[in-house]
Amino acid sequence: MAIAAIVGVYVSWRAGRVDRLHARVEAARGALDAALVRRSSVALELASSGLLDPATSLLLAQAGHDARAAARLGSARLGSARLGSARLGSARLDSGQHGHGQHGHGQADQELPRELAESDLSRALRAAFAQPDFRTSLNGQGGAAELLAELEAAAHQVFLARRFYNDAVAVTLSARRRRLVRLLRLAGNAALPEFFEIDDSLVASGGEGDGADMPRLTG
Amino acid sequence: MKIGIVCPYTWDVPGGVQQHIRDLAEALIDFGHDVSVISPADDDSPLPAYVVPAGRAVPVPYNGSVARLAFGFLSASRVRRWVKDGGFDVLHVHEPAVPSLSLLACWVAAGPIVATVHTAIPRSRVMHAANTALQPAFEKISGRIAVSEAARTTLVEHFGGDAVVIPNGVAVHKYGKADPLPGWPGPGGAIGFLGRMEEPRKGLPVLLRAFETLGAGRPGLRLLIAGPGDADEALARVPPRLRDRVVMLGQVSEADKIRAYHSVDVFCAPNTGGESFGLVLAEAMAAGAPIVASDLDAFRRVLRGGRAGELFATGDAADLARAAGRLLDDQERRASLSAAASSAVRAYDWSVVARDVVSVYQAVVPGRVAVAP
Repeated sequence: MAIAAIVGVYVSWRAGRVDRLHARVEAARGALDAALVRRSSVALELASSGLLDPATSLLLAQAGHDARAAARLGSARLGSARLGSARLGSARLDSGQHGHGQHGHGQADQELPRELAESDLSRALRAAFAQPDFRTSLNGQGGAAELLAELEAAAHQVFLARRFYNDAVAVTLSARRRRLVRLLRLAGNAALPEFFEIDDSLVASGGEGDGADMPRLTG
Repeated sequence: MKIGIVCPYTWDVPGGVQQHIRDLAEALIDFGHDVSVISPADDDSPLPAYVVPAGRAVPVPYNGSVARLAFGFLSASRVRRWVKDGGFDVLHVHEPAVPSLSLLACWVAAGPIVATVHTAIPRSRVMHAANTALQPAFEKISGRIAVSEAARTTLVEHFGGDAVVIPNGVAVHKYGKADPLPGWPGPGGAIGFLGRMEEPRKGLPVLLRAFETLGAGRPGLRLLIAGPGDADEALARVPPRLRDRVVMLGQVSEADKIRAYHSVDVFCAPNTGGESFGLVLAEAMAAGAPIVASDLDAFRRVLRGGRAGELFATGDAADLARAAGRLLDDQERRASLSAAASSAVRAYDWSVVARDVVSVYQAVVPGRVAVAP
């Protein structure tokens, strides 16, 4: 009987741990979602600020918009365990503009999965910041410094929040894989959390900035 | 006239817009106009004399694919300098709604601007979001051209006003004569296809199904397929016994493309939709290829209701097999269709299309007396 009691305590401890890990994943997921939304908002603000040339503004506006739209689609469609569609790397047309040039259909009309949209936003931001004279051309323009600082802060937050979220997912997955947890279904019906993989680096790979790049994140 | 043309995409990369601009510029130069084209270009690519390089374009994700675009203040200042030095009577920008040189040209330039829209614009809400920067630029455009009804409709929907439809031209003289690729068409006959293999609306699956019937009944009949895409994936759709009769050329050079049109007995355009004009069809006509095409509105129009090429029920592989089979067996019909196609396509030659473009220039340049092009 004592053995039964000990086993009971052990099982309930395991179950409690799984619950706590799920809660941690949920909290991290919320923080990551918020960070992503904040980043796309600031990008959109920069795009409509009139501080940039119209082509860069349009590029950031489109990327920011797609990221927002993908976020809405993700949260409307899926439960709490996932941030968005996990489809990665669907075949991308490097159209050479030939396909679009002829009749403008194809990828453009579809909603992008969130990972893809957020990665595209990262790339668009890097491309914009990598333009020569990007910072100097903004010097002295009203509100530019603040907006850029906000954008960098938002991008840093995405980087950190994603790392913390994936950490939480990793620990939870490893806890749920344990045989006792699976056998006794201690996680209930909760779906397995998934990693969120995007390109969220701020500096064009290999590029050493002359001050024109966004600051490199350490660690 | 002194005409300045702006190309938004890297010059030396294969693309519909680049080809359009190249052919237009050459036609205008033939008319005697003074033409300069500014375009992003890779450092080492040789450029025609009329092209001014504007620096490298940057690959960025845009509208669901990767586009090479030139944006930022440096690109803007290059365009500004080119406009200042050029003294143009009119500026002709292409795809102004794409974040690249054309949009920047609208931003920095004064004076009459004509814009050609090649693509239906799918995201009007983005235009509103980036309104502050875009609206002033777009308002400077005096005359708008669309290459298709679809492009025109979205222009009207998003920006109001109107646009005149002037379809893409074909440089007919480039396609008229060419040697077939070695070994083609071959004694068993050949059917040709050109286009993106993986885009379902190009219709390759329909042709492959039809080939099962055709190939079975005709020993030696081969299928020539040119264009980008996964060759293995496409071949997997062909029954094993016919696979050695399907030849995939992949993406081909301009010269080989023209030769490909001359390498087949029958050219097939099995598109299932999304074609507002059918440039591939026009090119095949210019090469004098006997054509079998889907009965799409655009194709029917270009093929003069079936007089310049055979039409089959869209998407119907059996009907395609019947129509292609009839043509393969009828040498005389092929010859007469070829002649009719060569004649019909002259209406789409760049010399004719460019004349229409020049009238748009003349309409926006103030006080300009119509000069014979």
